[in-house]
Amino acid sequence: MKLKEKILTKSLWVYHLSAGSCNNCDIEILDCLTPRFDIERFGIQLVGSIRHADVLLITGAMNKKSAKILKNLYEQAPKPIFVAAVGICPCSQNMFKGSYPMLSALDEIIPVDVYIPGCPPRPEAIIAGIAKLINKLTAKDKKGQK
Amino acid sequence: MLKIVTQYLIFPGIIFSFFVGAMGFWLERKFTARFQYRVGPPWYQNFIDVMKLFLKETIIPRNAAKTLFITSPIINLAAVILVSVMLANNYFLNISFMGDVIVILYLLVIPSLFTILGALSSKNPLALVGAARETKLMLAYEFVFITSLIIAIIKSGNSIMLANITATQILSKPNIASASGIIAFILALFYAQAKLCIVPFDMAEAEQEIMAGTVIEYSGPLLGFYKISKLMLYFSLPLFIISLFIKVHTQSTLLKYLIFFCLYILIIFIMSVIKNINPRMRIKDALGFFWFWLLPLGILGIVLAQFGL
Repeated sequence: MKLKEKILTKSLWVYHLSAGSCNNCDIEILDCLTPRFDIERFGIQLVGSIRHADVLLITGAMNKKSAKILKNLYEQAPKPIFVAAVGICPCSQNMFKGSYPMLSALDEIIPVDVYIPGCPPRPEAIIAGIAKLINKLTAKDKKGQK
Repeated sequence: MLKIVTQYLIFPGIIFSFFVGAMGFWLERKFTARFQYRVGPPWYQNFIDVMKLFLKETIIPRNAAKTLFITSPIINLAAVILVSVMLANNYFLNISFMGDVIVILYLLVIPSLFTILGALSSKNPLALVGAARETKLMLAYEFVFITSLIIAIIKSGNSIMLANITATQILSKPNIASASGIIAFILALFYAQAKLCIVPFDMAEAEQEIMAGTVIEYSGPLLGFYKISKLMLYFSLPLFIISLFIKVHTQSTLLKYLIFFCLYILIIFIMSVIKNINPRMRIKDALGFFWFWLLPLGILGIVLAQFGL
């Protein structure tokens, strides 16, 4: 069990979904791949298909249309899959809360593993969030956390 | 008996070729990273990737042709294993049989063919686009590779046995030390580039436009089979090029391995240089490049080889 978590966390393939964001968080995610931050040295890769993904990275406040797509995507992903909410919008809906096309927060639709707040979060914050996810996974059976 | 088992399973066989292929793919990633002024992944990254894929769930699409969808990665891997074992046994232990060049040529078509069939069976529209591109690309590069192979065969006195091709190089000089040999080497290099889906010819798996193209619907262990076969091709194609064109004879075994690894790293380096200084070609341009530039070059090479140049 321990070995499985270790292998999973050493090669996280990330699928990136923009659920109606303003593009700022998307740019910050791409920044993580640039020479300055280079998350490929931790084995993290951006992949094009949800079937290859280990992490579902979601940016943007969801509206009614993208919520449907998101749910569909989550069901099509091979398990185990981890969900990361990048930016304040998917975390808490930010200033769009109560707006007419909005449905609900992200964690009311699919289970979220890690929240990375910020508008937009800096690349350091995104890397810290991924580190948080890795810590959570490896410490799972040690401390009996969720 | 035990010797044969180790020979096919461990040393120049499956495990060795998988290990070297994974290291070769890592080198390619590392070179790319260094070209972009990045650090790049650690050396064990590809092993971890493969192991991870075997821990994941496999999803079979509802509309897919199930039998073909499941068997095509496995047949793909089987063909690649056969090629790697044959080539490695020839290079390191000098085991060969009559007509094995032709067998290897046929077996090298199977991975592309079953990638196409697997993509078609998944019924994903993007996979269909990828399969169509791969089909066209296959028509382009296979013919060019055959001309390159013909040059090597002519150079060895019309022998279709891999051991004879290497033996003539040991007796006189490596094939690459002649005009037609250089042409054939260049053609084979472009063939390997297109076969391995490296950048100027990666339209079939274009990450940015058609997601992962041919393998888009594959997940878990089935994707892992594809990954392993790609890693083993990273070993066997450079090895095929080395044994066809740059076989160098030495007495000591240590020097033999040293030369092999130097040449292997050199070929991987050339491939990653081509990868990093070129954008992805359109399928039309790639076809034009192979048919109207490389194919006449190959025919010129055959003529030169006939005159012994």
